[in-house]
Amino acid sequence: MDSTNTSAVSRLKGLDYRVLQQCMHCGLCLPVCPTYNDTKMERNSPRGRISLARAIADGRLDLTPEYAREMYFCLGCLACTSACPAGVNYAEIFEHARAAAEEARLLNSPLRRLIRWFTVKWLFMDLRRLLFVGRLLRFYQAIGLQRLIRGSGVMKLFPKRLQELEAMAPDIPAKFSAQLIAPVTPAQGTRRYRVAMLTGCAQDLIFSEVNRDTVEVLARNGCEVYTPPRQSCCGSLHGHNGEYALAQELARRNIDQFPPDQFDAIISNAGGCGSHLKHYAQLLEHDPKYHDRAHQWDAKLKDVHEWLAFIGLAPIKDLQAPKQKVTYHESCHLCHGQKITAQPRQLLKAIPGLDFVELPESNWCCGSAGIYNITQPEMAGKLLVRKMEHIKATGASVVANGNSGCLLQLVNGAKQTHQPTRVAHPMTLLAEAYRRADKAAGKS
Amino acid sequence: MMAPEPVLTSKEDLIPYAFDGTAALSQMPGAVVFPRDAEQVSRLLQWANRERVPIIPRGSGSGLSGGSVPTPGSVVMCLVKLDRVLEVDRKNLTVMVETGATTEAVATAVGAANLFYPPDPGSMKISTIGGNVAENSGGLRGLKYGVTRNYVMGMEVVLPQGEIVWMGNKCVKDVAGYNLKDVFIGSEGTLGVITRVLLKLIPKPAAKKTMLATFAEMEKAAETISAIIAAQIIPCTLEFLDRTTIKCVEDFAHIGLPLDCDAIVLMETDGHAAVVAEESARMEQICRAHGCTSVHVAKDDTEAVQLASARRAAFSALARVAPTTILEDVTVPRSELAQMIRFIQNVAKTDQLRVGVFGHMGDGNLHPTFLTDERNHAEMEKVEKALHKIIEETIRLGGTITGEHGVGLAKKRFLPRQLGETQLRVMRELRRVLDPAGVLNPGKMFD
Ligand SMILES: Cc1cc2nc3c(=O)[nH]c(=O)nc-3n(C[C@H](O)[C@H](O)[C@H](O)COP(=O)(O)OP(=O)(O)OC[C@H]3O[C@@H](n4cnc5c(N)ncnc54)[C@H](O)[C@@H]3O)c2cc1C
Ligand code: SF4
Ligand code: SF4
Repeated sequence: MDSTNTSAVSRLKGLDYRVLQQCMHCGLCLPVCPTYNDTKMERNSPRGRISLARAIADGRLDLTPEYAREMYFCLGCLACTSACPAGVNYAEIFEHARAAAEEARLLNSPLRRLIRWFTVKWLFMDLRRLLFVGRLLRFYQAIGLQRLIRGSGVMKLFPKRLQELEAMAPDIPAKFSAQLIAPVTPAQGTRRYRVAMLTGCAQDLIFSEVNRDTVEVLARNGCEVYTPPRQSCCGSLHGHNGEYALAQELARRNIDQFPPDQFDAIISNAGGCGSHLKHYAQLLEHDPKYHDRAHQWDAKLKDVHEWLAFIGLAPIKDLQAPKQKVTYHESCHLCHGQKITAQPRQLLKAIPGLDFVELPESNWCCGSAGIYNITQPEMAGKLLVRKMEHIKATGASVVANGNSGCLLQLVNGAKQTHQPTRVAHPMTLLAEAYRRADKAAGKS
Repeated sequence: MMAPEPVLTSKEDLIPYAFDGTAALSQMPGAVVFPRDAEQVSRLLQWANRERVPIIPRGSGSGLSGGSVPTPGSVVMCLVKLDRVLEVDRKNLTVMVETGATTEAVATAVGAANLFYPPDPGSMKISTIGGNVAENSGGLRGLKYGVTRNYVMGMEVVLPQGEIVWMGNKCVKDVAGYNLKDVFIGSEGTLGVITRVLLKLIPKPAAKKTMLATFAEMEKAAETISAIIAAQIIPCTLEFLDRTTIKCVEDFAHIGLPLDCDAIVLMETDGHAAVVAEESARMEQICRAHGCTSVHVAKDDTEAVQLASARRAAFSALARVAPTTILEDVTVPRSELAQMIRFIQNVAKTDQLRVGVFGHMGDGNLHPTFLTDERNHAEMEKVEKALHKIIEETIRLGGTITGEHGVGLAKKRFLPRQLGETQLRVMRELRRVLDPAGVLNPGKMFD
């Protein structure tokens, strides 16, 4: 074993007592694991993956490419952590395992290197780059080039994978968050809280309206909202894809930009980001300069649903509200990562005219899982089909969801299956309800 | 070998099959295969007889006695891909399933037909019906409804040399010849590979009531349970958790279990509404007469399900306290429960060991679980000694070394003490007749 491999192994060894041994291999996590459910093979299960990590830590297995592939086949959906009575911290095992795989350079094909460099190391490290690419995409879509290229069949000349990726490219809205939201939005009525809102990167690129709606709902609930135009990515993509150092750098940048002692809460409206954002202390464990502030940060970081349910949602009065049947798909990192399940439902049910129906398997991954739908299209596709079938069966006209990755996946799913279902963030549905109520009140 | 794809042989594929749910047992197999029907099982067994390769039947590997832990160079025959629910027969109240189906899948399928399959081991979400039959598993409802054995009406078994045989039928009565299928129930994968089972079903009970009683002392809880049985009340569930276990379960489930008591008893009665009302009232009375500190009635079905699921998580939840959980499965006559609990507490105290106790109290089945670390050899030795003492006391009280988890590897050394030479000899001979080459799960239960 060379030295990079040894240090990568020591990363897993460092985990050993704290988390690896905690798994008593009862198997209670197996039925909730989407990859095990599909293949019925133990290595594709949480219990199997943990046993492999432990074998490496114990020196019974080398850090092999096969192992690395396994850890990239795992969705990182964390359903296993909700199911595990023993409290195994699978999230930590998962991140360290992927980091070890990257450090040992186990999956080193030139194409993979390029894609990873482009996404993880370049694109998502700087919002300006992301927005630039976003603008490019928007331009490409706006001038009809997309239609032209798709119509011309040119794409058929490219490998199938690239064609699928092209089809998945999101529709880029006309404006990004900074153009929609003022740096400081005053509270409506009495100011009860001062909060910061993290606009996110993918979120900002594709769902800037969701950010605007979130700020509006917060402001309507007595929050003064601080939203500086240039923000950093939260680093979850990096953390989940084995780039620990970059994830740490982004965490420091965020703490610097939003000193936690200056806010009552720091708000995230994307489940995946929030789940990562709440663990900066763990990430900066060995950084004496940031460690204390990281703890403060974790305590202040709130998912928007969690926060609104906590401060109490201002009632929406609207007798003429249109009827709409809405179901709710849970973002893995909101329900399993942050254990937030009741609050989004509670908020949705507060919307006048809304008929809430439960979605079967609502907390089962939709296959989006960060960039999983790009790296593991087959498994992601199966999960999406399963999800879309359940959504269809509810008969709901709207499916609500609180995470940008899932929103995007569901939009694609609806497109692929020709389902007319609308996909919307709960904050958008809430903002619309407030606006409708205002209008109704103004009229009467 | 004529096995269907995939045949697993790489190290990364095999390591996860080196263990089951039992602590501190592990051995790599040589390969893992996934047969899809009895025919494939048969061919594999014929091959194994020719090549003298040990075959280890396996369901989901949730076993707690090491029954599906491989022997060196063995082939694990994993049955999870043989998992169809074949027929729910509403006229005869039966269900036919392939043995890789999970207990929960079966319960759900028959529930949809408004029928009820009562055996519900704590592991039911993942355990397979094959594993349940092979271990004769119990569950939370064993007291009133019995264990897996009471529901098996027929089965298809592939014998160790590859013959496929069907035993039993849909008849309520059948005395044609020896009741051979019963030998395979609880055989722990040593006598044949079970590929299909015909299970008896019953109508869903019309009503049920779930209650939780708290006690300041464990012995009081044990006495209460003995008193309920002595009063000739047979509720469907009488489960018990001690202080350590309650805390761990609450840490996981967050359902507001009382943390300021030494023991809780979970009680459930079901059946006709009037009977349920009467039984629950009488049980509450007995609890109070025996010094319980409170009785709480579950307000609805959701809460009742929450309580039962929390109880099912007990064993795994104990791993929150210590990395290695050595679990016992001793069972005593129900009149001896308080004595057994006292004994376990004393052993833990004098040997300075941490123990969490829970179990199917109504069945007299206790799961004292030692909380330790397998790397602490000195403590592991102490645990081993404590186990011996508990086993001795169990046998002295007329109990058994295992009520439901089986012998496998974990209890093998205690089996001669429990059975005596004659029983053991008959079992050995029976096994030799069925499996002369010794290919099926060798080294398990006895040599
Ligand atoms: C958290 C937890 C709670 C539990 N609660 C209970 C409980 O309440 N009551 C209880 O009784 N047990 C309980 N168990 C133990 C265990 O789940 C049961 O023994 C279960 O029946 C095992 O099923 P499995 O599919 O996992 O079998 P495995 O562990 O894979 O195998 C068990 C044994 O059965 C044999 N076997 C499996 N399938 C077949 C087949 N088709 N043909 C022949 N032999 C076969 C194997 O060779 C092995 O000897 C619990 C376990 C856990 C982890
Ligand atoms: S991760 Fe948890 S639930 Fe899964 S096998 Fe390990 S202890 Fe059991
Ligand atoms: S994170 Fe999801 S895919 Fe990965 S092991 Fe856990 S449940 Fe399975």
